[in-house]
Amino acid sequence: MNKAQDIVTTSQQEEKHYSYLNLGPTHPATHGIFQNVLKMDGEIIVEAQPTIGYIHRAFEKLAERRPFYQITPITDRMNYCSAPINNIGWHMTVEKLIGAEIPKRVQYLRVIIMELARITDHLICNAVIGVDTGALTGFVYMFQQRELVYEIYEEICGSRLTTNIGRIGGFERDFSPKAWEKIHKFLKEFPVVLKEFGNLLERNRIFMDRTVNVGGISAERALNYSFSGPNLRAAGVDYDVRVAHPYSSYEDFDFIIPVGTQGDVYDRFMVRQEEMWQSLSIINQAIKKLPEGPYHADVPDFYLPPKEEVYNNMEALIYHFKIVMGETDVPRGEVYHCVEGGNGELGFYLISDGGRTPFRLHFRRPCFIFYQAYPEMIKGSMLSDAILTMSSMNVIAGELDA
Amino acid sequence: MESNNTDLTPYDKIISVLKEEYEEQVLSIEFPYNFLTINLKSERIVEIIQHLYNHPETKLQYLTTLCGIHYPDQKQIALMYQLHNMSTNLRVRLKIFLPEEKPVVKTLTSVFDGANWMERETFDFYGVMFEGHPDLRRILNVEDMIIFPLRKEYPLEDQTREDKDNKMFGR
Repeated sequence: MNKAQDIVTTSQQEEKHYSYLNLGPTHPATHGIFQNVLKMDGEIIVEAQPTIGYIHRAFEKLAERRPFYQITPITDRMNYCSAPINNIGWHMTVEKLIGAEIPKRVQYLRVIIMELARITDHLICNAVIGVDTGALTGFVYMFQQRELVYEIYEEICGSRLTTNIGRIGGFERDFSPKAWEKIHKFLKEFPVVLKEFGNLLERNRIFMDRTVNVGGISAERALNYSFSGPNLRAAGVDYDVRVAHPYSSYEDFDFIIPVGTQGDVYDRFMVRQEEMWQSLSIINQAIKKLPEGPYHADVPDFYLPPKEEVYNNMEALIYHFKIVMGETDVPRGEVYHCVEGGNGELGFYLISDGGRTPFRLHFRRPCFIFYQAYPEMIKGSMLSDAILTMSSMNVIAGELDA
Repeated sequence: MESNNTDLTPYDKIISVLKEEYEEQVLSIEFPYNFLTINLKSERIVEIIQHLYNHPETKLQYLTTLCGIHYPDQKQIALMYQLHNMSTNLRVRLKIFLPEEKPVVKTLTSVFDGANWMERETFDFYGVMFEGHPDLRRILNVEDMIIFPLRKEYPLEDQTREDKDNKMFGR
């Protein structure tokens, strides 16, 4: 009996010095709706239990009821920091299914848009890492640059955050002179700011003390957890969809894939910094090599005809009606297409049964997959490091919860 | 490095490695849109994936994604596993078919830790039971939900609506 009592008291004592902390669901430091129940030993995290799904909007079910062109706005709302990549990834999936031939000019224009989107995605992430370490200056400075990119989107498609950019087959109009002017303005101004932002943090003693060896993950563990994108590259694996499975003419451009060694917060920060420079170089190459030609593919079954045609031309009217009512014939088939999103391999697995809507559409969302490693990555670290780890992984609630 | 139909050798290697041990498990092999798709029996799927993971010729050591598909006509729920070999850059899609009433399969978490949430998601939406899964709970939907929403028998919209004609506006 004595022994039994002993066991009870020791387990009670053990229970006593842990405290439980509810981090989230709406905490300003988590930048989104994430809940983690942390088991804390003083300031040290012993265990974390994440809960997700607070903004689940049933995209995969919604997609089963919508015609193909109406799915584009759904994809906007996944990774809303780089919505154009999602949009264009979806367009390319449908183009793969219908076997559309995409003109070189469209592919290059898409590369420009996607790289601009990657820059905005990475700059938000890196600026926020700065904020979480206490450096607010860089954040405000970088956000001005994001505004410039959003103005470019506005010039091209009319909207800013959830862009719904382009169409199946290409763009709804060619880039206007105003849009080019804004792109050139951004290309001139951004490198200066990025350089300055880099000077502010990259070799900053305080910043390095705060981020080196924090929230690290080894390459083996990262692969086992199916990491992709900058988080995987920071761990030292040079996997980039743009190189491994080139799409939209990425094989025409010369760029390097930056990799880290430790997979910690600092490496993730540095990988994203370097990727922004690479994106800038890709955009410059694309502008230099930009071929002449049409700004959309010749797929009248999917690409809406211009409005004056619809009013004056019988055939255009029929196509318009068929597209809007979703009566276009789609081939049967199973397609997987992936693009390098802001956070990694963004995949679209589409099964079409020939109907007006997909039979099944599965999104491979990189955030959803790598966020499950979060408890492992913050185990044994301090609470403030957990915040930093989350922001450096760039977990976007919209993509996480679909 | 996307290969077309004339250059099948690396894919043939994967198929031969698979057939060497598990010939009787293979139902059919397809190549839709240049993507090797192997339909398998469901009993030994985890063993097969482990074999493809370990075998020096295949080394499919990255799980790209995993998802369910409901085929109401065949009364089946399919599971799609997509594996990737990072060094040779080859991708394979494995598909198994489970009965709709009682979809049970072994968990893949013994091979890939990343399968944990993907399987939870599949359970959440299709009701597939993963035997041996460490933490099989709903993940995106509320815990007290009683249906598996991505199954085709659950319509997206309220079926009692009378203001909309489905003849005109699809399924």
